Amino acid sequence: MDIFEKVKEITVEQLGVEEDAVTMDASFINDLEADSLDIVELMMALEEEFDIEIPDEDAEKIATVSDAVEYIKDKQ
Amino acid sequence: MEFQNKTVIVTGSTQGIGREIALKFGAEGANVVVNGIDIPLQKELAESACAEIRENGGKAEYMLCDVSKPEETDALIKFALEKFEKIDVIVNNAGITRDNLIMRMSESDWDSVLAVNLKGAFNVIKSAARTLTKQRSGVIINMASVSGVMGNAGQANYSASKAGLIGLTKSVAKELAARNIRCNAVAPGFIQTAMTDKLKEDIKETYLASIPLKRFGQVEDIANLVLFLAGDKAKYITGQVINVDGGLVM
Repeated sequence: MDIFEKVKEITVEQLGVEEDAVTMDASFINDLEADSLDIVELMMALEEEFDIEIPDEDAEKIATVSDAVEYIKDKQ
Repeated sequence: MEFQNKTVIVTGSTQGIGREIALKFGAEGANVVVNGIDIPLQKELAESACAEIRENGGKAEYMLCDVSKPEETDALIKFALEKFEKIDVIVNNAGITRDNLIMRMSESDWDSVLAVNLKGAFNVIKSAARTLTKQRSGVIINMASVSGVMGNAGQANYSASKAGLIGLTKSVAKELAARNIRCNAVAPGFIQTAMTDKLKEDIKETYLASIPLKRFGQVEDIANLVLFLAGDKAKYITGQVINVDGGLVM
């Protein structure tokens, strides 16, 4: 499964949104209505899934699904 | 049996108020994780608490660990999940005293009381937070003290730790409310336990004179409130500090 599909799966699970809503352009906060707790949980889930560490200062810059996918690509 | 199949962790439950809380949850059918620190006699006390819970129809397992150490609270939460699969109620009850007037209070007396009473609760909550937020349910109850509400000469460290627990309680209540997790504090007044038995007679007399109900509390007075707060009857109560003190603070 590619990174986008995996991020999509985790986002759907964590935020309880429809799969179709999780596009590359979707903003976690504005489009997917994530609150601050959701974001923390999402980042922790991504850290676990991809076995990476996302420091707080990096997490702040991850606003959209594509930000997350790009970030994970760079880290791997 | 209100707490049938509910997992309840009670820190510092080998004796005193914590033990009574653990036993009462056990009697309501809960799966109880008993905890004490790993020093002589605690194992025997933990085993006897577990035995009593099982006799009364609950399930019980114990783990000795030091709540002031995050790696040990991580292990405690893992242990609870391995034994009972989920976590429904956490009672942060572990606490110590090192009383002295501030001019004679050593740095280590200050540090050790803050480490167990305040940081210990933080550690347990942090270790469990991910599990609770995923579950979308959970109840946290922190054992504060009237000493943390009104201050107490000779207890600068203890009252600071308990006042700190009240702030922790309110912040956690606000942070985790969106995940259906409630957090409250119970502030016991003068309760008859080994902790208060070691106070001098004249100090006890002074306290008694200021308690409107003119008697000291019993451990069950505290346990009764803890069970109420943990249950569905308290489902709309969060971020509160409730005194159980015979009217000492009002």
